[in-house]
Amino acid sequence: MAPPLLQVADLGKRFGGFVALEAINLTVEAGERVGLIGPNGSGKSTLVNCLCGALANDSGTVHFDGRAVDGMAAHRRTRLGMARSFQLPRPFAGLTVAGNLRVPLLYTAAHRGGARLSAVAIEVRCAELLQLVGLEDKAGRRPGDLTQVEMRKLELARAMAATPKLLIADEAMAGLSHVEVDDILALLLRLNDQGITIILIEHIMRAVMGFSERLVVLVAGRKIADGTPQEVIRHPEVERAYLGE
Amino acid sequence: MSNRLFLPAALAFGLILFGACRAVHNDYVFFAGYVVLQYVVLATAWNLLGGYTGYVNFGTAAFFALGAYSTVVLHKLFPLPIPALMLVGGLVSGIVGLGMGYLTLRLRGVFFSIATLALAVVAQTLITNWDFVGGSRGVYIVRPNETPILGSYVQYLFLAMLVLAVIAVATARAIERSRLGYGFAAIRDDELAAEASGVPTLRLKLVATTLSGAFMGMAGAPLPYYVTYLDPASGFSLAYAVNAIAMPLIGGTANWVGPLVGAVFLGTAQQIATVTIESALNLLIVGLLLVGFVIVAPNGIVGLVHGRARGRSS
Repeated sequence: MAPPLLQVADLGKRFGGFVALEAINLTVEAGERVGLIGPNGSGKSTLVNCLCGALANDSGTVHFDGRAVDGMAAHRRTRLGMARSFQLPRPFAGLTVAGNLRVPLLYTAAHRGGARLSAVAIEVRCAELLQLVGLEDKAGRRPGDLTQVEMRKLELARAMAATPKLLIADEAMAGLSHVEVDDILALLLRLNDQGITIILIEHIMRAVMGFSERLVVLVAGRKIADGTPQEVIRHPEVERAYLGE
Repeated sequence: MSNRLFLPAALAFGLILFGACRAVHNDYVFFAGYVVLQYVVLATAWNLLGGYTGYVNFGTAAFFALGAYSTVVLHKLFPLPIPALMLVGGLVSGIVGLGMGYLTLRLRGVFFSIATLALAVVAQTLITNWDFVGGSRGVYIVRPNETPILGSYVQYLFLAMLVLAVIAVATARAIERSRLGYGFAAIRDDELAAEASGVPTLRLKLVATTLSGAFMGMAGAPLPYYVTYLDPASGFSLAYAVNAIAMPLIGGTANWVGPLVGAVFLGTAQQIATVTIESALNLLIVGLLLVGFVIVAPNGIVGLVHGRARGRSS
């Protein structure tokens, strides 16, 4: 059997005296759809930041695609195939929508395909990605002109431009309407069909239950449950965390 | 226009400009024009870091003066022709830029700017206390009156600065349209997102500080031959730092045209004021224009023109 795509062992992170993450163990197989849930402040985003290299973990190890990535700069992890979207969209405001996609296309493709993409190949990829998320009409606009859902789509398209093996979508649907949530979900399922492993961090239970093959629950920096969605929501500790005693 | 075409076209334009200045038959044109061109280089160099990556450098004078003092040292040891001096000055200031980048780029925003200001103070203190280059007394540079082909030495300096300005502007323009330019823009807008998009932010920022510092040093290298007397107070003058920031801001920081337009506009205005009114007025002009532009055209002259054009088309 192939080694797991992502293997996190005993990962810990503290901010001063505050323990944000403690002894997290997590394995994600290639092609999986994993949901990561937990109350606010439970350490979900900190975990994402430790996985992607935006924060350095204090203890434990992260292996991605058979390589130890601890201490590796975020941009190198992205080049290895670990892409993320941000909880609050962080577009490059000074660039056009297409320009936002060109950045990862220019900076990541070279490191796996060997040669850099030609100017033509970049434009083709750019158009494909815009079509994938349905922003082809907005290619020349600035991110400031986009609606909230379009901004989320741009965020995902930019993550996809890095041709990732693993996509970590940090609350890609927060603040969206019912229909818009379905829109993004369909997009994520499409990406998963193409073979991309996805970790979805989400508060909207309907979305996360419908999407995930496996659910992981963080509470106060610890992993308290890991299993199929049906198992996990019946887990007494999860009920207590979400509904109280 | 492709980069390969732009450089020859810009050089040709520069030579025509040079020819036109010669037609005036007054060396003062070259004397004043040299300063304007020097500011074109400084403003363009500042914009490589300040405009493209968003790191505001208050230490222009330090890089500029280090280029000038490299020339002073070489003048005493083994005099070289101006283009070679420019290369050495660029090398020295480029290395200082790289070092400054390493030390300060973990700082962001205003903290980075304060660190660059501190660098300028440290550099000035070192030079002031270094007797070999004249210390606080300053140093006289005896330059030849004539050069073989052009005749007047000021014309020779003007031509050297003109070529440097063309190279600086062409470099800025080429970067803007390149992979590097996209990386710089990503850094300016959001460093975290840039890293997540695969942009090696630290390395790119070091490229920017090095290039920016190198061009400033190159602009400073001919200065001792231009002024013939250099002391730390004039080499590290606040005017260089202020102008290098004000010119791109007034012209527009978003692309290579802005610093060029700003430097030509503001530099010329200062030269005219120096002749017709008084040289002390220079900084006042900068201040007033800066205030005016921040209110009327926050994106500079280029932004104003673009806005007009867009307004008409829609």
